[in-house]
Amino acid sequence: MIQIVIDLFNTLKATVWDVLPIVVVIFGFQLLILRKPIPHLKRIISGFVLVLLGLAFFLEGLEAALFPLGKLMAQQLTNPAFIAGDEVGRVLEWWDYQWVYLFAFAIGFSTTIAEPSLLAVAIKANQVSAGSIGIWGLRIAVAIGVAIGIALGVYRIITGTPLYWYIITGYVFVLIQTMFAPRLIIALAYDSGGVTTSTVTVPLVAALGLGLASTVPGRNPLLDGFGLIAFASLFPIMSVLAYAQLSEWSAKRSKKTLTE
Amino acid sequence: MILNSLFDSLRDLLPIILVIGLFQFAVLQQPIPNFGEIVLGVVFVIIGLTLFVQGLNMGLFPIGETMAFEFARKGSLFWLLSFAFALGFGTTVAEPALIAVAGEAAKIAANGGMIEANAESMATYATGLRLTVALSVGFAIVIGVFRIIKGWPIQYLIVVGYTGVVIMTFFAPKEIIGIAYDSGGVTTSTITVPLVTALGVGLASSIKGRNPMVDGFGLIAFASLTPMIFVMAYGMVI
Repeated sequence: MIQIVIDLFNTLKATVWDVLPIVVVIFGFQLLILRKPIPHLKRIISGFVLVLLGLAFFLEGLEAALFPLGKLMAQQLTNPAFIAGDEVGRVLEWWDYQWVYLFAFAIGFSTTIAEPSLLAVAIKANQVSAGSIGIWGLRIAVAIGVAIGIALGVYRIITGTPLYWYIITGYVFVLIQTMFAPRLIIALAYDSGGVTTSTVTVPLVAALGLGLASTVPGRNPLLDGFGLIAFASLFPIMSVLAYAQLSEWSAKRSKKTLTE
Repeated sequence: MILNSLFDSLRDLLPIILVIGLFQFAVLQQPIPNFGEIVLGVVFVIIGLTLFVQGLNMGLFPIGETMAFEFARKGSLFWLLSFAFALGFGTTVAEPALIAVAGEAAKIAANGGMIEANAESMATYATGLRLTVALSVGFAIVIGVFRIIKGWPIQYLIVVGYTGVVIMTFFAPKEIIGIAYDSGGVTTSTITVPLVTALGVGLASSIKGRNPMVDGFGLIAFASLTPMIFVMAYGMVI
């Protein structure tokens, strides 16, 4: 109990340290270049303090509760003894890993829903679009993208196919989708690739990738353990573009039925 | 009001709790260790998320937008772009996730014989990589802000960026590719994202003829694209 309070304090110190460069840049430019008093300064400073406190609590809570369990789970699920079940010593094929795929999908989806930076972007997009982009609609679309991306990335580690095949095919797909997607969504969709992978997703996904790469025969953890984050940043772009296309299409269709 | 936002945070967290609980009981069939500590941790996460969202609306969003507005009114392109660079560089260079990835990359490079396998050359390699990524993010925000001012469609720049990544992939050493692709995702932290988004949207709203939805987003997209190219270039040069 005492330990967790000490850890919380240490996390808070680390978070303050991380934020320092940002504060220096903002206030430096404000004082030296813009030379304007900041409106509602007190409110903004309290906002910063809340963000710092919030992040410290958030990270410490993850560290105490979810990360150890999630990481342990990733190790246990990728353990050949668990996957082979009763038939010890059998050669494992890629379809033997069905629990790993399911776990990858589920953990990709659920960590993305809890990701604070995605929440921030969704709130902003909702404000800017005057409500036409729903906070939950965007978050679920992104989460589905991450889930598919991580499951596919896990398949890649198990089969040992080169990473760039997937990424380059993904790029081509994104470009084709861009040509048909509504113009309003494009920039937001590209952004959602980068925001999905931070505080919650990265540690759990990295543990999964490392666990797999060190237990699947013929994989080198240093080489094959990487790449899951890349999948998790590419696939949300596709799912958000697809979400926009689908909602535009269904809006058109309901309009058509109304006029008929 | 506070109860409401606490409830929202609980709902955001519920999927993870369900997934971990389900796999623990149904698939692995094991009891949960340190149950009390885990409950306390979950309470911490919920409090943290609630405070974060509160602070977002009070602090990060307003300051990003205010500064965007003031830079637009001041009308100095040079200072706006310098601010964009400083924000991108400054927020990335100290990013803990990046520090971790750079350390891993140094190990790989030492293993692959690209650098000498001693602590000193590995530290130099990791620091070089961090500076490279931070430079590339600074550069990305500058390009992104410039795009908002000019009103260029984002997809043209993204096509150029993707082409760059593909071309670099063919020339970069095989060992660096996974790290390079991943480094795009790890650069954008939880504090950078709201600030940079507010900056972009604020700029697009205060410049005439720009639409905050079409033009305001997209800064994060550049910040996740340029590190891939720069890291592969770093792998080729070293």
